[in-house]
Amino acid sequence: MGYQFHFGDVFAYKDLLIRGTLLTLELSAAATVLGLVVGTAGALARNSAHILLRWPAAVYVEVIRNTPFLVQLFFLFFGLSAVGVRLSAEFAALLAMVVNLGAYATEIVRAGLKSVGRGQIEAGLSIGLTRWQIFRHVVILPALQAIYPALSSQAIIVMLGSSVCSQISAQELTYAANFIQSRNFRSFECYLVATAIYFVLTVLLRQAFALVGRRVFRRS
Amino acid sequence: MIQFTIWDILRNLLLAARWTVGLSLIAFVGGGALGLVMTMLRVSKSRAARVAVRCYIEVIQGTPLLMQLFLSFFGLALIGFDVSPLAAASFSLTLYTSAFLAEIWRGCVEAIPRGQWEASSSIGLTYLEQLRHVILPQALVIAVPPTVGFAVQVVKGTALASIIGFIELTKAGTIINNATFRPFLVYGMVAAIYFCLCFPLSLYAKKLERRLDVARKA
Amino acid sequence: MSLVRLDAIEKSFGDHKVLQGVDLKIAQGEVVAIIGKSGSGKSTLLRCINALETYDDGRIEVDGMVVGDPRTDLRKLRETVGMVFQSFNLFPHMTVGRNIMLGPTVVRKMAAKEAETLARACLAKVGLAEKFDAYPDRLSGGQQQRVAIARSLAMSPKVILCDEITSALDPELVGEVLKVVGALAEQGMTLVMVTHEMGFAREVADQVVFMHLGRVHEIGPPAQLFDQPATPELKQFLGAVL
Repeated sequence: MGYQFHFGDVFAYKDLLIRGTLLTLELSAAATVLGLVVGTAGALARNSAHILLRWPAAVYVEVIRNTPFLVQLFFLFFGLSAVGVRLSAEFAALLAMVVNLGAYATEIVRAGLKSVGRGQIEAGLSIGLTRWQIFRHVVILPALQAIYPALSSQAIIVMLGSSVCSQISAQELTYAANFIQSRNFRSFECYLVATAIYFVLTVLLRQAFALVGRRVFRRS
Repeated sequence: MIQFTIWDILRNLLLAARWTVGLSLIAFVGGGALGLVMTMLRVSKSRAARVAVRCYIEVIQGTPLLMQLFLSFFGLALIGFDVSPLAAASFSLTLYTSAFLAEIWRGCVEAIPRGQWEASSSIGLTYLEQLRHVILPQALVIAVPPTVGFAVQVVKGTALASIIGFIELTKAGTIINNATFRPFLVYGMVAAIYFCLCFPLSLYAKKLERRLDVARKA
Repeated sequence: MSLVRLDAIEKSFGDHKVLQGVDLKIAQGEVVAIIGKSGSGKSTLLRCINALETYDDGRIEVDGMVVGDPRTDLRKLRETVGMVFQSFNLFPHMTVGRNIMLGPTVVRKMAAKEAETLARACLAKVGLAEKFDAYPDRLSGGQQQRVAIARSLAMSPKVILCDEITSALDPELVGEVLKVVGALAEQGMTLVMVTHEMGFAREVADQVVFMHLGRVHEIGPPAQLFDQPATPELKQFLGAVL
């Protein structure tokens, strides 16, 4: 075949790769935390008695879950830019990721709240706790425990999805790979290295989540 | 600058959406067939086969789809195939779909209670006979809702094919936006078309799942 | 010549030794009841006989076949040894009739017509002839268990293993199942039953085996074991359950 792999050419740019990886992690972490906040609000809205809260939340969730992230990203970035709101690529990327994760988190949190059986709540009521006290003492911790696996999976999906943000020139890992291969024309090697880095991140994150989960939810 | 009417834009997007649907079908059917093979290998007697499939699935689920598309596009070209974006995207999305479907289907087979395996082996059925008569018929029913649900992911995944140059709905949107500079409108319509493709699938999957739950509780 | 013969059976799950050397001989036509506390190894022992579990040491022989020997045809073993489970394990996607016909058609390669006749006969034997086309989820627990027995009978086994077959049933449904089992015993079927139904064991069993900590602690006819328990462990067990 005659094609020689030149991975050295890729590692010459290792600083760019490191910076890109760090930004990927920062974006993912921030998006996960903020997305969880949005998700909690969304779940409460969806469960609320007021149709004015329920309906917009439901629409939000279904629209986000049934359209590609890339399109959401373009819509936000180019759209806001066209009406004069100039966002940095990184900030726009974060915004889009939060909006996206928020929808999935809404459903995850909803499922978590639901998983605390009626029996528990009735038991709380029967010993005289108020609704708020029940939420605080009976529902929150088991619900968090229930959503933890799904949420950590979704966080990893968000991290992998951040690669799409390269398309608006957010300088995360994929952008770095794109940049490097445009300089040294070693496209396959560049993307292979970037892919390997993503894979290592996935494995490490999964282990980290499992460890944290075991520590925090020691009771089960 | 050429003036486009809204109808012009919509018509162009809808024409491009045919390619989205086409690629989705290729990926779903191809991925389904390959996924079936993977599932069979997953429960095979050969440890090498089981480990290989597991690695394959872990890598595909643990790396971004965009990276897989790039690797397919540039990798296939390296091996000597003259790949069009459509071919590379078909190849990559098929592999992607096969991995996820194989995982979903494995979960369905594992959801069948052990008692079914024990009862069927107690009346003398071999492993293959157990699968054929007792396990797979039940697993198939459980598998339909999540499989239909994953079709939504496939359709959304085709949007990334635009990045390697395949002209489908998202790419058409980008082209038109570059010509008209009305991103909210153009990408809004792009999103709406995706929504019309995906939402019915999501609803159908949910309906199937509810029907399954009712049947189970009866 | 025993139909089922267990010699010095030992089995561990990881570090936990569940069976510590069990000897048992069961003749054709005998009804053996195995009683004991949970964790005494009763179910595990039963499941070793039809190779649902493997055993670590010793020898199990059923009708001349050695269980666990790679040369033994597992299919043939399972045609000889039937099993009825605590949780019935009927196949939910098949009607009652098809549940019973599955074994004969697939394993014995019987023609469908013949298998159907056989299935109807087995179903009649357990008193549920009219339920041939019903689905399992429409039947009560007692009815499902009787279908499970019929499914086992359809393979014409020489011995049927019953693993706590009434433990998952509501009390008022237990009787109908025990009635069927009693009838089988009367007709000469060899039965090995892990059970908590002491009254039934006393009436129907030829031998009662009391298991304790993975061994056969006491063995003998029901009158002897229930009325004159020799060991303190059996006395204590009977005191707790009777």
